[in-house]
Amino acid sequence: MTELQPVIVGAGPAGIRAAQTLVRHGVRPVVVDEAPRWGGQIYRQPPPGFSRPKSALYGFEAGRADAVHQAMAGIVGQVDYRPDTLVWNAADGVLDVIREGRMDSVPYQQLIVATGAADRILPFPGWTLPGVYTLGAAQVALKFQGCAIGSRVIFAGTGPLLYLVAYQYAKAGATVAAVLDTSTFEHKVAAAPAMLRQPGVFAKGLYYLAWLRLHGVPVHQGVRLERATGDTRVTSLRWRQDGAVREQDCDAVGFGYALRPETQMADLLGCRFSYDEQQRAALPERDPAGRASIPGVYLAGDGAGIMGADAAEWAGERAALALLADAGQPVDSAREASLEAKLSQCASFRRGLERAFPFPADWAADVPDSLVICRCEEVTAGQLRQCAHDTGAREMNRLKALTRVGMGRCQGRTCGVAAAEILAHASGNAIGQVGRLRGQAPIKPLPFAALPNVGVGP
Amino acid sequence: MPLLKRLAETARPPVAFTLDGKPQTALAGDTIATAVLTLANQLRSSEFSGEPRAGFCLMGACQDCWIATESGERLRACGTFIQEGMRLLTGQGAPE
Repeated sequence: MTELQPVIVGAGPAGIRAAQTLVRHGVRPVVVDEAPRWGGQIYRQPPPGFSRPKSALYGFEAGRADAVHQAMAGIVGQVDYRPDTLVWNAADGVLDVIREGRMDSVPYQQLIVATGAADRILPFPGWTLPGVYTLGAAQVALKFQGCAIGSRVIFAGTGPLLYLVAYQYAKAGATVAAVLDTSTFEHKVAAAPAMLRQPGVFAKGLYYLAWLRLHGVPVHQGVRLERATGDTRVTSLRWRQDGAVREQDCDAVGFGYALRPETQMADLLGCRFSYDEQQRAALPERDPAGRASIPGVYLAGDGAGIMGADAAEWAGERAALALLADAGQPVDSAREASLEAKLSQCASFRRGLERAFPFPADWAADVPDSLVICRCEEVTAGQLRQCAHDTGAREMNRLKALTRVGMGRCQGRTCGVAAAEILAHASGNAIGQVGRLRGQAPIKPLPFAALPNVGVGP
Repeated sequence: MPLLKRLAETARPPVAFTLDGKPQTALAGDTIATAVLTLANQLRSSEFSGEPRAGFCLMGACQDCWIATESGERLRACGTFIQEGMRLLTGQGAPE
């Protein structure tokens, strides 16, 4: 039997269910998580001392959130749980981590990567103004801090989160000045049959939309965002709809175009990636159980490809069972099959969601040259187009080397999707042909003081 | 003018800190982003354009929400909790 020394990265729904499964089989995993408390982004817990009940924080998902939280609470004595810990490098059986400014390394024999997702961003002029945030940020502010991003907020972009966050804000007492969806009503009608594979989720989506309309929140579909205006902060947002330009005053904007997986760690590990048409991105390859192309590495949850929180729980458990089976431990094969069946059904539902909230593939054509694409290095669309034109750059890492796009502190997490769209459009290639930004260690910035020998004189 | 608006969870103990040299009060459990942006509308100025920045993703992905301390440290405002006595600078005004 193979030695078991599993490490799980991420304590969201996937990581927690993976840990619980390993514990049930008598194995004690290390669970490393960047957050101070478990739950991930979707079931993020407020800091100690906050008092709102889970029903207020998670709405319809309160039961699921509580179940995931309780699952971790039930095993926390049987795992080596390391919160507030950032994994900044991963290679050859060792994770390099930093916790409270101190470096450490965590060896592993098996690794479950459950790194989750963040908002998929397509910038518009004015998006760097204070008061313009991602949809996820708007939700974190409310859930984690009891704050709204402003008093009169416009939510924009597309995806299920758009309506959910707008609903949560209105319920919490903020004024939602408008909801601007780049997808159309017709998209949603066409997607209904596939989405009825998860009728509960579909019904919730309809409920949010109906609730917003009933409460007088203007919902505009089929829009294209034009510009946020403001001097030291956002004061209005302008958009096009049916050929007309419209503008609405606001003091904050939350926007995003569904989610983007956090794949940097899989990349550092050397996992093979391939282009996924539906998610319009290169994703680490995995088998139906979650095995990556590297032996001993397993991928689960939205970090491997966007499937949603329910699927993340199943994928976490499935990956843990695969890990155990690969190490020679007996596992319940009926359970393996039923988890894979649920995940497969989820995949059909996701295809429906992509039709209901399609990515605005025409975005790059309309973007002005002056638009800042990379907010770390302030690289504009015009610079990217010029580079593609002058140098013949056709690949993302070449574009990065020449323009610094994606080279800043976020390593392209924010700008990577948009830069790839601009490059594909400017070079006349399909988006799947421009490659992906390679991950580099450290995958997030380290404090200078944490580096060895800093400040030690000769 | 503040950016963020408190809607709930306001019955927490106060935490004293300074912002651009002025004494201010946050609440225990506030991130630095919350503590600062419920009082001001920026965390820093962009090192390239000088334009104000106030964070973007608030979940540790975008690295946009750095704020400086008077001792020259840079802290990620969305993932660091405010602590008693912190001395923070938004880049809008020198400490008095």
